[in-house]
Amino acid sequence: MTLIDLANPTRFLALTARLLPWLAAATIILLAIGLYQSATAPDDYQQGATVKIMFIHVPNAWLSMFVWGVMSIASLGTLVWRHPLADVAAKAAAPIGAAFTFLALLTGSLWGRPMWGTYWEWDARLTSVLILFLMYLGLMALWRAVDEPSRAARAAAVLTLVGAINLPIIKFSVDWWNTLHQPASVMRMGGSSLDRSFLIPLLVMAIAFTLLFVTLHIAAMRNEILRRRVRSLQMMQASRVAFSEVGTGSREGSTSKEVGAA
Amino acid sequence: MTALSALIRRDIRIALRVGGGALIGVLFFLTVVVLMPFAVGPDLALLSRLGPAILWLGALLASLLTLDRLFMADHEDGSLDLITMSRTPLELACAAKALAHWLAAGLPLIVATPVLGLLLNLDMVATGAVALTLLAGTPALTFTGMIGAALAVTLHRGGLLMAVLVLPLSIPVLIFGVAASQAAIVGPMTFGAPFSILCALSLVSLVIGPFAAAASLKHGLD
Repeated sequence: MTLIDLANPTRFLALTARLLPWLAAATIILLAIGLYQSATAPDDYQQGATVKIMFIHVPNAWLSMFVWGVMSIASLGTLVWRHPLADVAAKAAAPIGAAFTFLALLTGSLWGRPMWGTYWEWDARLTSVLILFLMYLGLMALWRAVDEPSRAARAAAVLTLVGAINLPIIKFSVDWWNTLHQPASVMRMGGSSLDRSFLIPLLVMAIAFTLLFVTLHIAAMRNEILRRRVRSLQMMQASRVAFSEVGTGSREGSTSKEVGAA
Repeated sequence: MTALSALIRRDIRIALRVGGGALIGVLFFLTVVVLMPFAVGPDLALLSRLGPAILWLGALLASLLTLDRLFMADHEDGSLDLITMSRTPLELACAAKALAHWLAAGLPLIVATPVLGLLLNLDMVATGAVALTLLAGTPALTFTGMIGAALAVTLHRGGLLMAVLVLPLSIPVLIFGVAASQAAIVGPMTFGAPFSILCALSLVSLVIGPFAAAASLKHGLD
């Protein structure tokens, strides 16, 4: 089973229908374990109980960037390999990524209130994540602005790739501009600075959130495929109604091709 | 090479003649800067402190406003199809068009900067610093904005959508442009560091912009 075998939407639907319950079950189990471990993790000597926001905040922040990476790969799939499901994947990922980014901002601001004494600070990390959020919203606006999916797909793919190049630049420029957020502490040279009692729940939560994303993404892709099928069926029906009196068969050819593509 | 220089000459000529609208950008720049004292009050000390930021924002908005026309007019009269099909690589043609657009619409903004600096109570050094940073930074705005213009023409949607897509990409240019101007005026940083990063951003966008715009034109036009 290679990636190209999944190019057939029907095969993709059949495979994911079998896969999805398992993924959902794994997500729920891991989330339950992660949440339990986070709840029973000791309080921080400095931050008290508020440190537990970290177990939600950090996975969301990781995923906000991970989803853009997934979308970039899907965009390469659209532009380079012309994989028929690549634009479905890119389109389905954008709202999920925007939601993770929004949650990262929200939990971060709730965490910032007791720790820094403010909900919002024009700090480097916060600002760059906010820009990432704006770019997700712009991408979603682009998808919604055009009614023809294949045309919107190529435009969105170009924009996603430009964004992928630009996001590190924005990140570094904003870093240089101003900073308050703590530097990275889990993955850095010379091992993690987090204590083991925090690190393990955090990693479990990160894996659980990644699985959650995969589950939601596959479900959203299935919905998108079905939505496109409904759309082309409706168009076929409309053209049949419109052309039934005239009796020309020329429109049918083009619409049935579209059903095949969907 | 002759094809590219002909394209540049043609674009500049069209932009400067009646209906071209390159100089409207300068007028818009002037209007934005004149609006600012009404918003923050006619406090000269405050205006001279905010001056570089106001000029940079005005230039950013003005160059964004004129970008709509970069491909749209050519698409309407069909010459964009000829450019796409010609033997000149589309990437080079896009770069030439952006260069022409910068010469016609970006350079006048920089020429107008000293006059506007006078309105904002900026001294000679500050005005020179802002003009220099604009000279280094506006190519980046044009070349990243070109991606948005190419998307707009393939989607038949301009205006707000393009602004929403392009503005987040121009944040680094704004940061380093204003930082370099401020460094020259009040210190304590050296002018060189942010200014060279600004130049680097322009060079990077010089490479990325034409490729992305050409890709979106190639895939989007039919």
